[in-house]
Amino acid sequence: MPTAPPAQAPPRRLGEHGLAWAFLLPSVAVFALFIGYPLGRTLYLSAHANDLFGAPSRYVGLRHYTDLLASAEFRDTLLTTALFVLLTVVPGVLGALFLVLLLESRIRGVRLLRSAFALPFAFSVASASVVFSVFYNPASGVLNGLLSQFHLGPVGWLTDSRYALLSVAASTIWMNLGYNVLVLSAGIGSIPDEITEAARLDGASGLRLARSVTVPLLGPSLFFLVVVSTVNALQSFGQIHILTRGGPDGSTRTLVYSVYQKAFAYGSSDFGTASAQAVVLLVVVLACTAVQFGALERKVHYA
Amino acid sequence: MTAALTEPGAPAAPARAARRRVHPRSALAGAAVYLLLLAAALTVLFPVYYVFAGAFMRPDEIAAYPPALVPHSVTGRNFSGAVHAVPLVRQYANSVLVAGVITAAQLFTSVLAAYAFVFLPLRARKPVFGLFLATLMVPWESVVIPNYLTLSGWGLGNTYFGLVLPFLASGFGTFLLRQSFRQFPAELRDAARIDGAGHWRFLWRILVPLNRPVLAALAVYVFLSAWNQYFWPLIITRTAEMQTLQIGLSTLRDSEMADPGLILAGVVLSLLPTLALVVFGQRFIVRGLTTGAVR
Repeated sequence: MPTAPPAQAPPRRLGEHGLAWAFLLPSVAVFALFIGYPLGRTLYLSAHANDLFGAPSRYVGLRHYTDLLASAEFRDTLLTTALFVLLTVVPGVLGALFLVLLLESRIRGVRLLRSAFALPFAFSVASASVVFSVFYNPASGVLNGLLSQFHLGPVGWLTDSRYALLSVAASTIWMNLGYNVLVLSAGIGSIPDEITEAARLDGASGLRLARSVTVPLLGPSLFFLVVVSTVNALQSFGQIHILTRGGPDGSTRTLVYSVYQKAFAYGSSDFGTASAQAVVLLVVVLACTAVQFGALERKVHYA
Repeated sequence: MTAALTEPGAPAAPARAARRRVHPRSALAGAAVYLLLLAAALTVLFPVYYVFAGAFMRPDEIAAYPPALVPHSVTGRNFSGAVHAVPLVRQYANSVLVAGVITAAQLFTSVLAAYAFVFLPLRARKPVFGLFLATLMVPWESVVIPNYLTLSGWGLGNTYFGLVLPFLASGFGTFLLRQSFRQFPAELRDAARIDGAGHWRFLWRILVPLNRPVLAALAVYVFLSAWNQYFWPLIITRTAEMQTLQIGLSTLRDSEMADPGLILAGVVLSLLPTLALVVFGQRFIVRGLTTGAVR
C-alpha cells in the first residue's frame, strides 16, 4: 500500500482507529491500574474499619471522616500543613522574584550569578535534607557555631517545637530556590525586549520599571509558580521524614506525613484512617488548584 | 564550571549590547544591586560549598566547635567510610537502573500516546485527552496506600518491578509531546506519506528524530524526578540492597549521627549525576519544567 492516498479507504480507517487505541493502551493501562483503580480503593478503604494488619473489616461509612474532624490532633495537622504552605510558598516565590529582578539590572557577571542560584536544583529533597540536618545539629552544626561567635545560646532548630517547622520550611525554600529562579528567569526572557526598551525610553527604570512593566508581564510565570509551589508544599514528605519525623510534639506533622504515619510508620497499618486523610489531601490539592485558577487568572496579564 | 551554563531565555545579541550600557547616574544603584546579589549568592551557595568542604574534612575538624569552614588537610576517608557504612554502590546502581528504566519507558509510552492524539483518528479524542490531563492533578500521596497494597499483593514489594511499575506512563510527557507534535509541518508529514512511510516508520524515522530537543527536555525532567523519588522507594523496599540512593542517604544520616563527614561524602556522591545535568542540561531543564508557565 505504498502510494495509497492517505486516510481514504474504509478498511484503512478502521486500522488507524485500532492503531490509535493500541498506541494509547500502555499509558491507559498504567493510569487505570495505578491512578484510577487506587482512587476508588482509597475511597473504599476510607469507609471501612480495618484489622491490625490493615485488612478492611466492616463498613463504617463516614465514621473516619467525622472522627478526624472531631480530633484535635488532626486539626493541628491541618493547621501545620497550612502554615507550612504559607511559610514556604510566600517567601520562596517573593525571594526568587526579588533575585530575578536584581539579576535584570545591567551589571557584569549576571549570568554566573544566575547559574549560582540554580545550583541548589541539583540537590534532591533527600540530599538537601541530609545536609540541613548536619547544619541544624545542636551540638556540632554550623548554625549554632555561628551563633556562638556572637555569644548567642544554642538553638534547638529541629528539637524545639517553636522552631522546627520554621527550620524545615527554611530548608525547603532553599531546595526550591533554584527551580523558582529558573522559571522566573525564563519568564523574564520571554518578555519582548521592545516593551522593556520602550518603557526605558519613556524614562522608567529600576523600581518603576519592575513595578509597572516587568512584574505585571511576569504574571503568567508567577501564577504558574504559586500553583506549583503550593501543590508541592502540600505534598512535601522527604524533608519532614529526614529532619523531624513529624516532631517534636507533632509540630511538623503535615497531612502527607500523617498519612505515612498512620499507614506505614513503625509497622502501623491503620489504612482506614490513613485513607480518609489521603482523600482529604486529594480534595485540598484539587481545591487549591481550582481556587488559584479562579482567583488569580483574572489578575494575570498575558503579554 | 558554572561558566558552561547557558542563560535561560538569553536576549538577542543587539538587545544585549544595549543592556550593557551602564548609565553613570545609576552607578551607585548598580553597586548596591551588586552587593545585594553577592550576599544572596554567598548565602545560597554556602550549603553547596560546605558539602564539598566537609566531605574532605577529618572527623575532628568537622566536629570542632565552632566548626571549621576550610579543610586543613584533605582526606578521602569519608568517601570510603560512606561507601562501607551502607551498601551505597549497590544503591547507586539501583537508582541509575530505576531512573533509567522509568525515563526510557515514559518517553516510549508518551511518544505513542501523543502520536495517537495528533496523527491518528480517534472518536473520543477530547474526553480521553482530558483523562490524561486529569492524571496530573491527582497527588501521588493520595493513591499511595492502594498502590502499596496492589504491588505487595502481587509479590512485587522490595523488587525492581515494584519500584518502577507505577511510573511507566506520564500524562505530563504525553501533554508536552502532543504540544510539540502538533507544530510538526503538515507538508513534511504529507511528503513522508507520499514517499510510502506508514505511521510506524514516520513516527520513528522522521517525527522522533526531528523532535529531539523536546524529547531531551522530557528525558532530563523525568530522570531528575525519578532519581529524586523518596516516598515510594521508602515504603516499597525493605532491604538495604533494594533501596535507592536517596533512602541510603537518610539511612547514612541515621546510622552515623556522630560523623557528618561521612554523610556529606555520601551527598557528594549522590550529587554527581544531577549536578552534571544541571550544569550541562540547564537549557533542557528550563524547557521541560516551565511548560505552562511561559508560552
